Amino acid sequence: MTKKIKKTSLYIILVLIALTQLFPLYWLLSFSLKSNIEIFGQNVIGLPQDWRWGNYVRAFTTGGIFQYFFNSVFYSAVTVAVTGLLSAMAGYALTRMHWKLRTLVFGVFTLGIMIPTQAALLPLFQVLDKLGLKGGYMGLLIPYVVFAIPMSIMILTGFYKGIPKEMEEAAYIDGCGVFHCFGIIILPIIKPALATASIFTFLGTWNELMFANTLVDSDKYRTLPVGIMSFAGQYSTDWGLIGAGMVIATLPTILIYFMLSNQVQESLVAGAVKG
Amino acid sequence: MFGLHKNERLDYIMDRMLGKKRYIAVFVLPALLLFLVFGIAPLITTGVYSLFDYDGIGKMDFLGLNNYIKLFTEDRYFPRALKNSFVLAGASIFIQLPISLVLALILAKGVKGEKAFRTIYFIPVVISSMVIGQLWMKIFHSEYGLLNIFIRFLGMKDFEYSWLSNPSTAFISTVVPSIWQYIGYHMLIFYAGIKSISTDYYEAARIDGATNWQTAIKITIPLLAPVLKTCMVFALTGSLRAFDLIYVMTNGGPNHASDVPGTLMYNNLFRKGLYGYGSAQAFFIVLECIILSFIISRIFKKAEDNASAI
Repeated sequence: MTKKIKKTSLYIILVLIALTQLFPLYWLLSFSLKSNIEIFGQNVIGLPQDWRWGNYVRAFTTGGIFQYFFNSVFYSAVTVAVTGLLSAMAGYALTRMHWKLRTLVFGVFTLGIMIPTQAALLPLFQVLDKLGLKGGYMGLLIPYVVFAIPMSIMILTGFYKGIPKEMEEAAYIDGCGVFHCFGIIILPIIKPALATASIFTFLGTWNELMFANTLVDSDKYRTLPVGIMSFAGQYSTDWGLIGAGMVIATLPTILIYFMLSNQVQESLVAGAVKG
Repeated sequence: MFGLHKNERLDYIMDRMLGKKRYIAVFVLPALLLFLVFGIAPLITTGVYSLFDYDGIGKMDFLGLNNYIKLFTEDRYFPRALKNSFVLAGASIFIQLPISLVLALILAKGVKGEKAFRTIYFIPVVISSMVIGQLWMKIFHSEYGLLNIFIRFLGMKDFEYSWLSNPSTAFISTVVPSIWQYIGYHMLIFYAGIKSISTDYYEAARIDGATNWQTAIKITIPLLAPVLKTCMVFALTGSLRAFDLIYVMTNGGPNHASDVPGTLMYNNLFRKGLYGYGSAQAFFIVLECIILSFIISRIFKKAEDNASAI
């Protein structure tokens, strides 16, 4: 009997915390579909009585969110692709190739994981400005790739170390070149680790706020997080509209999370375990 | 070539392919150069700026460590910002981590719906801190916010605050979502750690007649020492460098009441153009993160040795 009570009380803890984690998000979703009359009094926490999908249409048409959305997709896609390729190559050199400075270079990348990005912000701002890149796509892509590389390398080198050498050896004995071997044999083997690293990079890039807020100054190159933030200031009384914008900014990460929840969890924890 | 044994021949080929400077350069230099030029060099530059009186345009006057001394002697806002970041760290370590640990312990024992709970707890982690910040601004809204509506519903009018614009509640109101967002993250790290503990220990404990509670205290938690250390370092450094959520919710206001070193530094650099002084604040954050992580590692060293001795 006491065992049953204990089990039930543990269950109550789990459910209570689950509700705490979910309720604010449910509330966001529900007010993104309501009119101010419902949000501000009539129907604060219930499901919408009148489902205002128009909030979403207005968000896409009035706030320039379409451009921000496109930009965020572009920044994320390029960052994931470039970071993946560069870290896969560097990871290969760091684990498989024969050279003296290997440990030192690896140490430098490890250091990168610990740097708070704020501490590099101002000089980065100045350098990108001098190079004429600040305020354009490149001005944001460079920092994104640079600060995604260390963690990506960390995840990949961990994986490289577990791959047996025999396959490459066979290929090299058969006269296969390094680039050929890397492209044909190595890349397919490291796919799972590359996926893990890519999820990590994607989430970091899609959600990034500080660089995007500092290094971009025009609507044309703005990302969703910054766009929605200024949008929320501009239409501060139109909660339905702001809610719709926030849901739009969140939807891609949530969709990916529900489709690949195990991999997403694994990839974010990989950062913790390796770092 | 002909006189070599097979293994030596293999080594020779592998070394010829994988030891060539040209190939190594092609593989490692793109990532390394980018990282050195746009990652490490800016960090060092910030360290250098921190020693100067510099506004970004005019000349630079060398000050030595005076900027750092000023942080604690003349700055009206920095000590409070630093204190705030330590309050956040304390809340993270003493409220967030215990909740995460308890959840992980319950889930790892295998309850019904284990995977569903894990998935739910983790949802806020994948959401942008901008969205989390905006959402909690609405929750704390003085007129139509969920919190005040609830308080009114309970009839406790005295507890109805303008949470984010009242200096005495603004900072705490930013701590709540910070804690809330990452409960699932730490839970998952603990969970992975618990799952990696060999079941032999639990068998032995069960045979000895230990209760679940005893098992958790005597076996699981000591063996989790390395994971606990990682989480503590994350919670601590994450709090000391906090920026996004507070920037979105209050930007350090009202009148600096909710400032942390991150927001103070940002506004000094990009609003007031205090490049030298702001850099000292930025570099201070780097230094305190490194030093405190090191101290935590030392504290845990003994616990970890014990864990590997079990």
